[in-house]
Amino acid sequence: MSAQTLYGVALEFDSPVELIEAARAVRAKGFRKVEAYLPYPIEELDEILPGSDPVPLMVLIGGILGGLTALAMEYYIAVIDYPINVGGRPLNSWPAFIPITFELTVLLAAIAAFAGSLWLAGLPLLHHPVFNLSEFDRVTDDRFFLIVEAKDPLFKDDTIRNSLWQLNALRIKEVEGS
Amino acid sequence: MTVEEMQRTTVRAPEPGTSVSVLAHPETFSTVTDQITSIVLKRPTPLFWYLAFAAGVAGVILFIIAVTALLYGGLGIIGIEIPVAWGYLITNFVWWIGIGHAGTLISAILLLLNQSWRNSINRFAEAMTIFAVLCAAMFPLLHLGRSWIFYWILPYPNTMTVQPQFRSPLVWDVFAVSTYGTVSILFWYLGMIPDLASLRDKSKSRLAYAFYGILCLGWRGDSHHWRWHKTASLLLAGLATPLVLSVHTVVSFDFTIAILPGWHSTIFPPYFVAGAIYSGFAMVLILAIPLRAVYKLHNLITVAHLNNCAKLMLATGLVLAYTYVLEPFTAWYSGDIYEMAIVHNRAVGPHAWTYWTTLICNVAIPQLLWLKRVRINPKPLFCVSVVILYGMWMERFMIIITALHRDYLPSAWSNFAATFWDNALTLGSIGIFVTCFMLFVRFAPMISIFELRELLPFSNPAGGSMK
Repeated sequence: MSAQTLYGVALEFDSPVELIEAARAVRAKGFRKVEAYLPYPIEELDEILPGSDPVPLMVLIGGILGGLTALAMEYYIAVIDYPINVGGRPLNSWPAFIPITFELTVLLAAIAAFAGSLWLAGLPLLHHPVFNLSEFDRVTDDRFFLIVEAKDPLFKDDTIRNSLWQLNALRIKEVEGS
Repeated sequence: MTVEEMQRTTVRAPEPGTSVSVLAHPETFSTVTDQITSIVLKRPTPLFWYLAFAAGVAGVILFIIAVTALLYGGLGIIGIEIPVAWGYLITNFVWWIGIGHAGTLISAILLLLNQSWRNSINRFAEAMTIFAVLCAAMFPLLHLGRSWIFYWILPYPNTMTVQPQFRSPLVWDVFAVSTYGTVSILFWYLGMIPDLASLRDKSKSRLAYAFYGILCLGWRGDSHHWRWHKTASLLLAGLATPLVLSVHTVVSFDFTIAILPGWHSTIFPPYFVAGAIYSGFAMVLILAIPLRAVYKLHNLITVAHLNNCAKLMLATGLVLAYTYVLEPFTAWYSGDIYEMAIVHNRAVGPHAWTYWTTLICNVAIPQLLWLKRVRINPKPLFCVSVVILYGMWMERFMIIITALHRDYLPSAWSNFAATFWDNALTLGSIGIFVTCFMLFVRFAPMISIFELRELLPFSNPAGGSMK
């Protein structure tokens, strides 16, 4: 295997505690391009492998857009486009517009949460180098993986990279690129 | 000690407020994965599934025939007339949409309240919600009479230069139900993605691998993906919580905005929401009890789950009983002769049997749920749930019929009689629900696998005491 097609080095664990310890150790060695793969979420990893979480902001923007769209649509239709006098009530009878405003706020916020979280994750995706690892099918069952990517600057340093082998992993394997 | 033994023997301090362990006996990550994925991938499909699916498809065929007859013959072939212009179709709409509410309560509200026992039942309860909304949404469209131009109720630029009336609760309903259906599907599918990936990785055939591989969108369990997934799930739960309350509130506005005695009442929104959750929990139990027996899920859906659902059913049933008491009181206290007349008419009028059936099914018989023996015993609990589900249908029928058949003027009085087609459409919609649900049970993970993994004490280093 040539160095260009190497995606990274995968460390396999069978317990969440060992994964977390290894993630801490790898970060302490100075690696930055590190990713954990696991069968359910563990909150502690969010601190060890930092990253941003813009989902709440996306949902907020979606909700505000939904609410404003609904109010604007109702105002335009009820006041400008198709005004109907119902028992002398004002054309812009905004309290009656609130239920639909609420519904569309929720709808766009929910779509933002769904589409936003998938878009951040880059899903749907047909293939990813981690699937080249033959043991990776157990990541959706009972195994935990820590992958140090080859594009990390420290990866070229043989002594630091070889120190990964000292971690208490069940198995350590190189992952082919693409 | 092997890691499997550690997974089984790790203990976690009980969460505050929980007295029972959620799972029946020690599990490991791979036992829960194997148990649920094997239902879809390995085990032979049980005879029960074929029988239920066949019954469901028979219902679908009946429904297709009935809809064809309705579209060909017009609304005259069903029982509605003036003054009783709402009949079985609107009853079915309110009934089905109400059933969906328990699914959202379990998946969203109990998630926010950190009730971890919900992890065993939320997935199929959400599926129940989606199929119930699907059944519900068909009925107002059929009730339109000219169903093929249903889209006239949506605001869109059109050559007729007419637009929907946003002051009408019937238009609010379109937005409420379509939003509810969409949000429920998004929430359900987002939660299912990691479990579909489990099915992909456990599948032996090329076809199953491709099918679940596409459905899981290439999920790989990346810790950042999990973080966004979790945030999105919690936010969707936060959005679904007010949404579910708003949907049946808007449905109740269809009634309360009318000036009809018996409908024009401020108690209706909480009355409808309580009734919705009540009937929904009955449906959850009707589905859970046979499923756990047929698929041997006793270790995951335990007696504690049945007990909790039964308690929630009892609580919402008591809220409903309170509104049953309050309705005649409000009528009497208002001093309005029309309001009092409808209370009297409900109790002794030509449709009095609907009122008394409602009270027996929704108030009297469910009091059995006070007995723990009934709550933890699947057979009697199943029977009580069926009675409640029937009672809730009868309640909506009673509200619609009794308020409409006696107008202000005696010259406008009439009675309601259902026809064969009313019953065919009702039974047919149950067939659609059963068919969809059986397909879900056969082809999707009916219990959330990754949320069960989180329940194992071994799963959480921070929250559990490790041996």
